[in-house]
Amino acid sequence: MSALRELKILAFVVIVVGILYWGIEPLAHSIFHPKTAPADFAFSDLEKLPTSGNVKNGEELATTFCIACHGIEKAGFPALLSPEDAASAYGVVPPDLSNIGALYNDNFLANLIKDPTKALKLTHKFNDDNPFPMTPTYVSDEEIGDIVAYFKSIADNNLSDKEVFVGACGRCHSMKYDNVAAVTPSDTLAEYLGAKVPDLSMMIRSRGEETLHKFINDPQKILAGTSMPRVGLTEASQTKVVNYIEKIGDSKKEQREWLGKILIGFMAIMAILAYLWKRSKWHNLH
Amino acid sequence: MAEIKKANGIVDWLDQRLAIKTLTKVLMTEYWIPKNINWLWAMGVVLTTLFGILVVSGIFLLMYYKPDVNLAFDSVNYTIMSEVSYGWLWRHAHAVSASLVFLIIYIHMLVAIYYGSYKRGREMIWLTGMIIFVLFSAEAFSGYMLPWGQMSYWAAKVITDLFSKIPLIGPELVVWIRGNFTVADATLTRFFMLHVFLLPLIIMLMIVVHFYSLRIPHVNNQEGEVLDFDKEVAKYKSGDKKGSKVIAFWPDFLSKDIFVICLFMILWFFLVCYNFDFAMDPINFDPANSMKTPAHIYPEWYFLWSYEILRGFYMSESLGLIFFGFAQVILFALPFLDRSPVVAPAHRRPAFCVWFFVFIIDLVVLTIFGKLPPEGINNYIGCVAAIVFIFLIVALPVITIFERDSRLGGAK
Repeated sequence: MSALRELKILAFVVIVVGILYWGIEPLAHSIFHPKTAPADFAFSDLEKLPTSGNVKNGEELATTFCIACHGIEKAGFPALLSPEDAASAYGVVPPDLSNIGALYNDNFLANLIKDPTKALKLTHKFNDDNPFPMTPTYVSDEEIGDIVAYFKSIADNNLSDKEVFVGACGRCHSMKYDNVAAVTPSDTLAEYLGAKVPDLSMMIRSRGEETLHKFINDPQKILAGTSMPRVGLTEASQTKVVNYIEKIGDSKKEQREWLGKILIGFMAIMAILAYLWKRSKWHNLH
Repeated sequence: MAEIKKANGIVDWLDQRLAIKTLTKVLMTEYWIPKNINWLWAMGVVLTTLFGILVVSGIFLLMYYKPDVNLAFDSVNYTIMSEVSYGWLWRHAHAVSASLVFLIIYIHMLVAIYYGSYKRGREMIWLTGMIIFVLFSAEAFSGYMLPWGQMSYWAAKVITDLFSKIPLIGPELVVWIRGNFTVADATLTRFFMLHVFLLPLIIMLMIVVHFYSLRIPHVNNQEGEVLDFDKEVAKYKSGDKKGSKVIAFWPDFLSKDIFVICLFMILWFFLVCYNFDFAMDPINFDPANSMKTPAHIYPEWYFLWSYEILRGFYMSESLGLIFFGFAQVILFALPFLDRSPVVAPAHRRPAFCVWFFVFIIDLVVLTIFGKLPPEGINNYIGCVAAIVFIFLIVALPVITIFERDSRLGGAK
């Protein structure tokens, strides 16, 4: 008779606590962060431009148009300015272009070359009064295809998680807990963007994997008005970036998940032993 | 002085000097508990266990934590979480326990209310328990500040700001509490002191007083039955354990509690390792930034019901504050608001039973809406729930006076 009562009480407590938990966790968070569409790695809002063509011609065009501001280390064109000088000249250090063909979606790259602020979704920050440091490149669509083809041909597709992070995020963001400092000095950046750029060490805990993926893919969707550009990473590179952020910000995840099983198993065995002991004691009492 | 003889062993040696055999009897083997109880009676020992975990994990965290606005965040999130072996385990254990301790406190309190375990001689148990609850609240609040994340900072700011609303002394009081005009390094350091020294010390003292307050009126039982302890103990001791209505604290009572604790720890380890966001708000993993208000500021879940009473009166800040203050202290008076001498479970007190379940529903509604953004219909629901809370407190004496009068045939 009493076992049934114990279970009835347990059921009641579990139901009330369950409702409470549902209200303060899933419900509240679904209201704070309304559902948004998943990351769109095809960047389907952009026009379809050619992404392949004549590599040789592309090389010629790239070394004509790009290297005034960008380095292409791999092809023997180091950046002309030191990071400090580049930062004060442009507001942010321009990226080296050696691996952009691997990091970024090719159609995104093509659109970026054609109309940077539109591809980056920064038209609310940069316009005729406040021009974006990178100007549209006035070449034909076909030539854009050649340029993209060239960058794809020289890019290294086997970059490590950290290399992708440094290439894609490291010009503005630091990763303090891995001693990675942003290439652009933070004061210059704050002036350029109108906001301080956050360190990314704990982003995996503060934002979570899902939000990070959506945010990097399209920052405006999550945080309208932010100065962060759409990065344009391919799904593979973005996964590497998020993996790296997790490796630093949640470095003990593997250990935690492994140890959890052992600890739960241990307590389950202890519970069985405790029950047997309890029964032996209460056997005399009932 | 007692006559000291040559001891025949270590136990005897100690017994002659410290009377450990008598002590064991008084505290354990001859501390009598009613037999007619259910697992809800294990909450006290579960709480003691959780407090023990908090103390031990706290000591480990204290070895690496740095109470300085420039160092605190990294000392927690880098040093403890990444560099120290199993530092994450201690931190998660500390955070999850801090959250669960309140869940168990609330269950413990509601059990006392349901079974009427706070009256007819048991008032001091309730009062000392309430003091511990208030101390735990202060302990939780001060501890929440220590990681110096966004929520730490903004919760500290919002809560200390409340004191500025106190008439006359408010503004000076806030500065005195913060040790600065804003929440700053001085605030962090003093709350660190409170969290790791003064409050735990008083809590430990009060736990002892709380345990002691149980000794004279005895633990209540499922039916609110008044036991003749002398008679029942005599039965137990004479070997009629089955017939006796009491059990010994050790090993009878604790054997059941330890089983409950083991079951509870399965859930606890699951939460520590796999589901901890409820106890460690993601927003608090952003470093404190006084220039950037988070989009949603809310306290930890266990403060939400009273926070919602504060917010519920959305039309008037002063009204909200008055009833917020009211809700903070009124639970102390519960044994005296319940005017009926009947000590019985709520299901045998019809009007009180209705009151009890409305009370639980109201607390759940207040808690859930305390977290939701204060906009649209949420405001009205919060307002109604806050008014219902006040109404319930006012209604308690009324319905219990009716109960008293009808049970005693109208006699006073």
